[in-house]
Amino acid sequence: MMAPLNRADFVKLSATFAGSLVLAFGIDGCANESAGRAAASSAPEAGGFTPNQWLVLHPDGKATVIINKSEMGQGVATGLPTVLADELDLPFDDVIVAFAPAAPQYVDPVFKAQITGGSTSTAAMWMPLRIAGATAREMLATAAAKQWGVDAATLQTKQGSVIDPASNKTASYGSLVAAASQLAVPKTPKLKSASEFTLIGKQNARYDTLDKVTGRAQYGIDVRVPNMKVATVLHPPVFGATIRSFDASKAKAIHGVTDVVRLPDDMGIAVVATNTWAAFEGRKALAVTYDTGAFRKIGSADLYARFHALAQSKDGAKVALSRGSLEGVHGTVVDATYQGPPAAHATMEPMNATASVTADGVEIWAPTQVQTFAQMSAAKIAGVPPEKVTVHTTYLGGGFGRRLYHDYTDEAVAVSKAIGAPVQVIWPREEDIQHDWYRPMAVSHLRGTLDANGDLVALDHTVVMDSIMAPLLGPPKNGVDDISLDTAVNSPYAIPNVRVNYIDPKSGVPAGSLRAPGANWNAFAVESFIDEAAHAAGKDPVAFRLALLAHDPRAVAVIKTVVQRAGSPAPGTAHGLAFGPWNGTNCATIAEVSMEGTKPRVHRVWVVADCGTVVNPTIVMQQLVGATYYGLSMALYGNITIKDGAVEQHNFYDYAVLRMADAPKVDAYAIPSTEKPSGIGEPATTPIAPAVANAIFALNGSRVRTLPFVPNA
Amino acid sequence: MISLTINGKQHDLDVPAEMPLLWVIRDIVGLTGTKFGCGVAQCGACTVHVGEDAVRSCSVPVGTVAGKAITTIEGLGTPEQLHPLQAAWVEAQVPQCGYCQSGQLMAISSLLKQNPHPTEDDLAQAISNICRCGTYDRIREAVANVGKAGA
Repeated sequence: MMAPLNRADFVKLSATFAGSLVLAFGIDGCANESAGRAAASSAPEAGGFTPNQWLVLHPDGKATVIINKSEMGQGVATGLPTVLADELDLPFDDVIVAFAPAAPQYVDPVFKAQITGGSTSTAAMWMPLRIAGATAREMLATAAAKQWGVDAATLQTKQGSVIDPASNKTASYGSLVAAASQLAVPKTPKLKSASEFTLIGKQNARYDTLDKVTGRAQYGIDVRVPNMKVATVLHPPVFGATIRSFDASKAKAIHGVTDVVRLPDDMGIAVVATNTWAAFEGRKALAVTYDTGAFRKIGSADLYARFHALAQSKDGAKVALSRGSLEGVHGTVVDATYQGPPAAHATMEPMNATASVTADGVEIWAPTQVQTFAQMSAAKIAGVPPEKVTVHTTYLGGGFGRRLYHDYTDEAVAVSKAIGAPVQVIWPREEDIQHDWYRPMAVSHLRGTLDANGDLVALDHTVVMDSIMAPLLGPPKNGVDDISLDTAVNSPYAIPNVRVNYIDPKSGVPAGSLRAPGANWNAFAVESFIDEAAHAAGKDPVAFRLALLAHDPRAVAVIKTVVQRAGSPAPGTAHGLAFGPWNGTNCATIAEVSMEGTKPRVHRVWVVADCGTVVNPTIVMQQLVGATYYGLSMALYGNITIKDGAVEQHNFYDYAVLRMADAPKVDAYAIPSTEKPSGIGEPATTPIAPAVANAIFALNGSRVRTLPFVPNA
Repeated sequence: MISLTINGKQHDLDVPAEMPLLWVIRDIVGLTGTKFGCGVAQCGACTVHVGEDAVRSCSVPVGTVAGKAITTIEGLGTPEQLHPLQAAWVEAQVPQCGYCQSGQLMAISSLLKQNPHPTEDDLAQAISNICRCGTYDRIREAVANVGKAGA
């Protein structure tokens, strides 16, 4: 699927690309004083050198690096260009970042679609971008060698120049652009060894910092298109409801409201206006009656009761993993059931997208993690072929998996089509909280057996959780969802006899991919249970884990390192540890906790990860700390409840999230490594909840098996 | 007509008095650095200064600040001449997704006028702006280092 780029493709691409820049310069093409660097990059001009789809080297020596991943805070707009620039020997300050349009050249080599997810960006793009940089470097050196009449192999490259050590001649890359662009593209350029890296592991400053401290970074809601309207949407509050009738007369009476549009497929009702506030007021003034199905009678207590019954009866369970045999294993039984609620992503930037549907096709500007899916869905709604849909990606005000869903880009396309004008659809926070694709509710039942030595020799593990994969990629093969089972079905613990059972309860609450999907629940169950088993065996929980991981030296190193960094608990506190292996990255967390009444107070956290080669040390630290806070927020407060078929929470006053007052000091550390990089955006999300639960047990002997820790914050 | 001074520039605006200041700034005046997060003064992404006070502009009807001097993130500092707090943010590499940072900077720059050296407890008490990426630890570090060499 990684289509090679030919010149014609690039010209087409450049045209697309130039289109996105018009936007960056604001309405009517006037320079917008708030346009930031990423947005303000210039289109490849005539004479630019484009050895591949990732790079345009300009005659002034600057380079546009085109990235096929969405920047949602995780740092790809810095990390990915760093990889390319290192192989190219280009100073990072000469890099201009541009977000790729939705196009076949930019699909992810693993996903086969343009998606940012799974903490896979650096791992997937590491080799393609290194090769892209090395290719260009070799062509520039060859161009200089021809000019100087020397062997290219004798030349060096450094800081954006080719150097001939024999004659002390130097030529800037910019001066070589025209000559290099005439050369054949080398098939197997020489890559650097780790010791030759100049930026990888050393570049600390982010590309986007200055724009983000001066208000210039352009997010989805900052898109301004000429003649653009603003719309918002009222979705049916009860899941599965359909619209019977609605009265828009009061909404239309509001000054500034221009249209009210019923969206197809009962997506909702859009109120279109000349400004956001009028649209929001119009939404509140809508009077709608709904036909609600059986789900209107459902509440959280009903769902938990059914989930618990399924976890015990195992009715309809699919065996996801069977290793050894549970038959004939005897010893001390450890039996525990854990329960957790749905949780919302609550990105800071509410869902929004801008679309323009015309006779020529569709143009979308959106903070999205799924350019390919948004493009395909827009094509269907507008009735045009996908190549007639141009997708421009803005900065994302947080993603965490929420923007893997294209409901809001679909709505923008549908509204624009209906009104025949460009429109920005923007959801109020209440719609974001009530119409998320939630981290699903879950009940997990773990039943383990300890032999006479206190070793965990068998585990029967049942997970009751909606399929996360089904709404995103279609129902899983054989009914076993490996995403919902992440960290359960692929646990590295060397337990000889294991069965993992999966039950998809099809709860009726939209299930979604949320930062370390599946794992952010299963790690709580597994790591709490391992702690319980260790205590039942009369063993130290750390030693108990290390014995089960003796085959995995990188996992052992992560745990030993975090233990060593954390030292002893402060007086009146206790430490709890949890291990969080996730998608190739090992991570371990220790939480230092005391109790304030029934509320755990997390004073300090130590988190250690092994994510292979660190491209940008600052960003790795940001992700370790940030994922820890995100997981802690969900563990302390994250609590979506259902009443009469609808979500009960509305906004941050009843869906509490972590604020500075609750944010512990976090000591984050990455194990030095020259292995291939693995993901860092998600792993630290998973171990913090069980680390806190294990610390509470160490502190006062009470075992918390239900999340969140503070249900009524 | 409602008159406002935003970042030193006067605007005479034909808007309803009840329109929140946030939407006047973003949709009418066209300054997009101030963000919308919750609409109910919970998250602080929309924080601007009215005079020297930090306010959550999503919940301030524009009619109540007629004639006042408003400062938004665009008026705090520029890339060429950063406010000391912005410089400290760059030094500590605070932002991740960055969406909440305009509000964090406006809230804390106002706090610093009353309390130039806030302790971590002072910050926890005074600053309730939400950051979902989890930059709180680096915000504390940046505030502690405001005005120091390199920041």
